[in-house]
Amino acid sequence: MRAFSKLFTEIDQTTSTNEKIHALVRYFETADPKDAVWTVALLTGKRPKRTVKTGELWTWCGELLDMPSWLFAESYHMVGDLAETITLLLPPSEEHIEYSLHQVLLSLIALGDKNEAQRREYITSMWQHLPPGELFVFNKLITGGFRMGVSDKIVIKALAKHFSVDENIVAHRLTGSWDARTVSLNELITIEGDSADISKPYPFYLAYPLETDPHELGEVSEWQVERKYDGIRGQIIVRDSQLFVWSRGEDLLTEKFVEFHPLVGILPNGTVIDGEILPMVGDRIQPFHVMQTRTGRKNITKKVLQEAPLVMLCYDLLENDGIDIRHLSLQERRQLLEEVIMNAKHRLNDLPLHLSPIVQVDSWENVIAERQRSREFNCEGLMLKRKNSDYKTGRRRGDWWKWKVDPFSIDGVLIYAQRGHGRRANLYTDFTFAVWDGDELVPFAKAYSGLTDKELVEVDTWIKKNTLDKFGPVRSVTPLQVFEIGFEGINPSPRHRSGIALRFPRILRWRKDKTVKEANTRADLLELLKAQL
Amino acid sequence: MITFNDNGIYCARAGVYIDPWKPVDRAIITHAHSDHARWGMKHYLAHHLSVPVMKYRLGSDISVQALGYGEVIEMNGVKISLHPAGHIWGSAQVRLECNGEIWVVSGDYKIADDGISQAFEPVPCQHFITESTFGLPIYNFPAHQSVHDDINNWWRQNQAEGKNSVLFAYALGKAQRVISHLDPSIGKIFTHGAVDNVNKLYIENDGYLPATQRIDATVDKKDIQGAMIIAPPSASNSPWLRRFEPYKLGVCSGWMQLRGTRRRQGADRGFVLSDHADWGQLNVAVKETGASHIYVTHGYKSHFARWLTDAYHLNAREVETLYTGEQADDTLDLEQADNKSDESIQ
Repeated sequence: MRAFSKLFTEIDQTTSTNEKIHALVRYFETADPKDAVWTVALLTGKRPKRTVKTGELWTWCGELLDMPSWLFAESYHMVGDLAETITLLLPPSEEHIEYSLHQVLLSLIALGDKNEAQRREYITSMWQHLPPGELFVFNKLITGGFRMGVSDKIVIKALAKHFSVDENIVAHRLTGSWDARTVSLNELITIEGDSADISKPYPFYLAYPLETDPHELGEVSEWQVERKYDGIRGQIIVRDSQLFVWSRGEDLLTEKFVEFHPLVGILPNGTVIDGEILPMVGDRIQPFHVMQTRTGRKNITKKVLQEAPLVMLCYDLLENDGIDIRHLSLQERRQLLEEVIMNAKHRLNDLPLHLSPIVQVDSWENVIAERQRSREFNCEGLMLKRKNSDYKTGRRRGDWWKWKVDPFSIDGVLIYAQRGHGRRANLYTDFTFAVWDGDELVPFAKAYSGLTDKELVEVDTWIKKNTLDKFGPVRSVTPLQVFEIGFEGINPSPRHRSGIALRFPRILRWRKDKTVKEANTRADLLELLKAQL
Repeated sequence: MITFNDNGIYCARAGVYIDPWKPVDRAIITHAHSDHARWGMKHYLAHHLSVPVMKYRLGSDISVQALGYGEVIEMNGVKISLHPAGHIWGSAQVRLECNGEIWVVSGDYKIADDGISQAFEPVPCQHFITESTFGLPIYNFPAHQSVHDDINNWWRQNQAEGKNSVLFAYALGKAQRVISHLDPSIGKIFTHGAVDNVNKLYIENDGYLPATQRIDATVDKKDIQGAMIIAPPSASNSPWLRRFEPYKLGVCSGWMQLRGTRRRQGADRGFVLSDHADWGQLNVAVKETGASHIYVTHGYKSHFARWLTDAYHLNAREVETLYTGEQADDTLDLEQADNKSDESIQ
C-alpha cells in the first residue's frame, strides 16, 4: 500500500500529464508485479465489485468515534466524499502495519462471502493500523468510484514507455475482460498472440466536437458525412463461432442484446464491427428513452422485444477475416463493411445490422443544412470523418469530428441548491431549476455543470445569503435568479412533477438580465415535447 | 453588559464597540485584518502592534490609542484589557469586566504557537465570544513545524527541477509567518508589493525576517531562478505571475485540509497552514475559559453551537456578524488597494 499511496499522492499533487506519466513509470519500475497489475486494473476502471455498504461504513465509523450522527453527517456534507470524511475523522493510528495492495484487494473481495461482524472486524482493524495517506487510499478502495486524475491514455502511455511497446498495442491489450487475480502485467502487455482471449474488443476511436467553421476543414469531397446517432456505441465481435457485444464503456452486453445472437454463423469468423446500438421500428429510429426501458431491464419479455427491437447501425469494420484492418483508410474499410453486410443480408432476411447511411453532400452549405435537419431523424447532429483516415485509438483531433446541433434551451428559475462533491465539495453547485405552471414554480431539471469556477463562487455566495430553508444538505433559495438551461432531448416522465425528463441538462448561461417573471413555462416544455414525438 | 446590534458587538456601559462593521464613535479593534478593522471610526483602540498596520491601511490621520497586552484601562467603570489571541502578530482578545461580570471577545484566534505571534492566553470569563471558522471535527491541523518543513522541501525539489516556487499567503500575518520559517540557504526570496509593504511594518515594529526582495522594475527576470515568491492570493490568475515561469504554485490555508478545495484552487500543492483554531483548539479554548455562556460567530456557527450545547451542556448560541474568517478563496485582503501591484520587470 505504501508505494501505491505514494503514487496516488504524487499524481494528486500535479496537474501536468507528463509528470503523471513519469510518476507511473517510476512506480512500475519498482512496484511488486502483483501490485502493479492491480494498479493498472484500478486506474482503467476494472475495480472489483464493492463488498462493503456505505451505510455500514457510516455506522462503524460513527461507533468507533463515539460522535453524534448529526455531526458526522454535517462533516460528510462539507467534505463531499465519504472516504475522505472517514480519513479526516479517525484518530491517527498508533501502530502501523504494512499491507501490500494485492493482499488488501484480495481481502476486500473475500469480504463478499463474510457476515457483517467479520466485515466490520476487518475494516475497523485496518482503520486502526494504517498511516493517514494509506488510510485515505484504503477508504477510496472500499467506497468505489476510485478516480485518481489519471485517464486511460496516461496509463497506456506509461505502460508503453515502461515495456517499450507501441501505445496502440498496449491500448488493445488493456481492453476486454482480464482479471488482475490471474494475469501478470508482463503477460498482459507483452505476450504475443491474442488467442487466449477471443472476446477482446478494439479500443474505440472517439471524436472531438467541431468548434471551428466547417469550411476550415478543406474540401468537402475529402469527408464522409454520417448522422450522429444517440444510442449505445458498441462493437459486435464474431470469432470462433462465438458472439461478443461490447459497449464503449467496456461492458459485455452479449446476454442482454438477444437480437444479435443469430449473427453467429451469419457473420464470418474474425469479424469486428463498430456501430451504434439503437431501437428501431420499421425504418424509424426510436428516441433514447425507449432504449432506456430496454437497458434497465433484467428480464427481456416478448413485449419489450416487440416495442424496442435493437439493431446496430454499422459505422466501421475493424477486423475482417481475422485480420486487424484499422490501418486501412476509412474508404477502404467502408467498402469492406458494405460487402460484409450485403453477404450477411443474403443469409438472414431481417438482419439486425444496417449500414449507417452516408449523407450525400457536395458543399459545406449542404452539410450545414443537413445538420439542421438532425432532429427529424432523432439524431444528435453529424459526424465528419476524413475519407483517408485510419482507425485511431481513443479521443483524437484532426480526422474525425462530431458536430452536434445546438441544444434546446429553456430559461429556468433557481429554487434549490445542494453542495457538490469532489472538486466542488463545500460549494453549492448542484442546482434544481423550475418553470412556471400558472403561479407556481415546478421543478423541471437538475444541472451541475456549465458555470465557470468564478461564477460558481458567486452563485455560492448568493445562495448562502438568500437561503429560505434548509432540509438536510439541500437549501431552498429565494426564486430570483434565472439561468438558461440547455439539453439534448426531452421525454415524457410520469415520475417527475413537471411530467417531463430532460436529456443531458446543463447550464448555458446565467441570465442576470432576466427577471423571474420572464422565465419559461411548463407549457413551453410540453410544446417542445410534442414537437419531438 | 454586551449586546449584538446592527453596528457590531457593543458594550453600552462603556459606550464602545468591538470590531464594528459600521462607522461608530469608539471602536476596540482585535486585529488589523480588514473584516475586523474597518474604516470610518472616530476613535480606535488597539494593541500597539496593530496600530502601524491600521494607520497604513486606514490612513495615517486616524485617531488611535495603543495598548499593551495586560494593560488595563477603565471606561465608565468597565475595566478593559487586551490579551494575546495568537492569530497574527498584534492580535488580541478583548476582556471586559464590570461588577464581577466578565466577557471575553476573542476575535480570530488560534492556540497553536506559530513561532511569530505572541501565543494565545486563555482568559477566564463567564461569557466567551468565539469564532468557528474551522468548527467541524474534520479540521485537525498538522503541527506547524512539519508544514514549514514540507514547504522548504517543496522549494528544494522545485529548484532541483529548475522551477520557481510561488506561494500564496495573505499579506498580513501569514506571509510573515511563512517567510520567518523559510530556509534562506535554499535560495532567493521575492515578495509581491502588498506583502513587502506589510513586511516593512513588521520589521520596523516587531521583529526579524530573512532578507527578501520586492518584485519591482529593478528586478532582472534572470535573477529569479529556483526562487521562492510570496504573494497574496489575489495575485491568482493575474499576468503578474507570468514572469516567474516555469513555476510551481502552492497555497497556504486551513481549507487545504480538504482535497476538493485543494483541487479547486488549481494549485500544485496545498499546505495546511492556518491562523485560525482547528476543531480541537476551539474545544480547548472554550473549555479553558470556564465560561458557561458561549456566543459563536463566523464559521460553522450552528454546528459548533449545537456541539457545545450537546457535548458540554453549555449555553451556546449563534450570533450573526459580518466577519469573514479565513476564506476558501481568500478574498480577505482583496479590498486593499495595495494588493494591486502594477510594478513590472524590464
